[in-house]
Amino acid sequence: MDIKLSIKNLDAYYGKTKVLHNISLDIPKNKAVAIIGPSGCGKSTFIRCLNRMHEVVGGSITGSIMMDNEELSKKDPVLLRKRVGMVFQKPNPFPTMSIFNNVAAGLRLNGIRNKKIIAPIVEKCLKQAALWDEVKDNLDDSGANLSGGQQQRLCIARTLAVDPEVILMDEPASALDPISTTKIEDLIFELKKDYTIVIVTHNMQQAARVSDYTAFFYIGELVEFDVTSKIFMSPAKKQTEDYVRGRFG
Amino acid sequence: MNNELSDSIKDKLTRKLISSHNMGDFIFEKLTLLFTVSVFLLVILMGYEMYQGSRLSIAKFGWGFLSSSTWDPVQEIYGALPIIYGTVVSSALALIIALPLSIGIAIFLAEIAPDWLEKPVSFLVELLAGIPSVIYGLWGIFVLVPWLRQSVEPYLSEKFGYLPIFTGAPYGFGMLAAVLILAIMTLPIISSISRDVLKSIPYSQREAALALGATRWQSTLIVLKDAKSGILGATMLGLGRAIGETMAVTMVIGNRALISPSLFDPSYTMASVIANEFTEATSQLYLSALTELALVLFVITIVINALARLLVWSMSRKWKTS
Repeated sequence: MDIKLSIKNLDAYYGKTKVLHNISLDIPKNKAVAIIGPSGCGKSTFIRCLNRMHEVVGGSITGSIMMDNEELSKKDPVLLRKRVGMVFQKPNPFPTMSIFNNVAAGLRLNGIRNKKIIAPIVEKCLKQAALWDEVKDNLDDSGANLSGGQQQRLCIARTLAVDPEVILMDEPASALDPISTTKIEDLIFELKKDYTIVIVTHNMQQAARVSDYTAFFYIGELVEFDVTSKIFMSPAKKQTEDYVRGRFG
Repeated sequence: MNNELSDSIKDKLTRKLISSHNMGDFIFEKLTLLFTVSVFLLVILMGYEMYQGSRLSIAKFGWGFLSSSTWDPVQEIYGALPIIYGTVVSSALALIIALPLSIGIAIFLAEIAPDWLEKPVSFLVELLAGIPSVIYGLWGIFVLVPWLRQSVEPYLSEKFGYLPIFTGAPYGFGMLAAVLILAIMTLPIISSISRDVLKSIPYSQREAALALGATRWQSTLIVLKDAKSGILGATMLGLGRAIGETMAVTMVIGNRALISPSLFDPSYTMASVIANEFTEATSQLYLSALTELALVLFVITIVINALARLLVWSMSRKWKTS
């Protein structure tokens, strides 16, 4: 099993407040890893550490995060984020851009302006995000006019366009209706063939459906990390069992 | 969820029932409505009054009032072109100077400055907007004008004298002084509203850009693109202020109805003509011409302000629906 991201003794802080305590875990390549746990347990902070987005809001870390045996903190965060894409909880397409330009945004940020190069990538990514058939006739419409579920798939297509190796998803379906949620879950299932996916979710069924591995976080600590079926069927720790059985959280 | 929803609807219905049966609420509602309507009436009444007052001048000069360039109270010939020119040019040039500076300030305050710096600086910028214009005018007379006369204008005419905009005698008093004063006065308005517009753009937009591998500058550009119409609105409000500004401009612009390409030459604006000459307007026609000038100024400012509000409003509405 190839390890994509290796996290060792990670502590994360916002200002002086310590929000993650000594997290160590290995994220395997081309698998989906679900991060579950009650609100405020540091799930979002954890995945933000993986593309250094926590720094944008004034966070800092100690410990080590290695991607392909390279220390993240030694990399340029701008270049890193092209390799580690992120999909947010609330769909955030660029409202002043068309659907096409939304997907092309990341490419343009990289200085690719040639439409002959961009157009096929946009089409490929929209197809990968299972949105192409719904939008192919109105690619020039504003991205803000789509439904919430479509917007989220647009954001996923936008993330795919920069050709990342890892995709981080911060509760990508929590603001969506059940049908859109199913679509996003199917999509994650497809995507993990080519990408390493780390998904934060509140929804335990979702974690069970889409992920290969599950990590259970509680108050800033990693309680248990294992194969998803094991976490849900026979967790090693009592706390995990209580949580997945719905006894707290 | 469904239950909650129907509960809230029921709640609203009962409240509506109660309010329609409550005399105090009824009076309160109508009274506030009356106050609001009276504002509209006031504006219409002002417009009508000015139109009435300027009928004599309108009848005598017609559209020629706007296109003729002689303003001569002695001969009783009133052509407002140089005055409109002075107003438009001084405001436009002031905006050209103020806009890039203001956007820079707004970006710094909204995107870059840490909290402890943003708050006091924003406060100072807004304070600048509250300084009475006569104080700007005094500062203009005692500091800006001498500085222009002794240092800036001689330098400009020596180095760039071949340009028509830098020809003529360096009086100090003139278009250049007015432009600079207006730029300083519009700066706080444009920058503080632009800052609010930038701040109204959800943080998630910046995150979206950064997570795609945007640099800070690139993410700011994307945010600016979102804020375009709001910043345009802020600019229009600044323009409205510049066009209507009276005191400070009158004190430094030189007050001569003159169309000259040179920034060193004196000029005149609509607001300063009205302020300066109203007390001396002895004849009916003179008074009427000044009132017509006021009407032109009134219409221009209303149009500019309406457009500005519309732009800012359409901007904030977009973020609410999305």
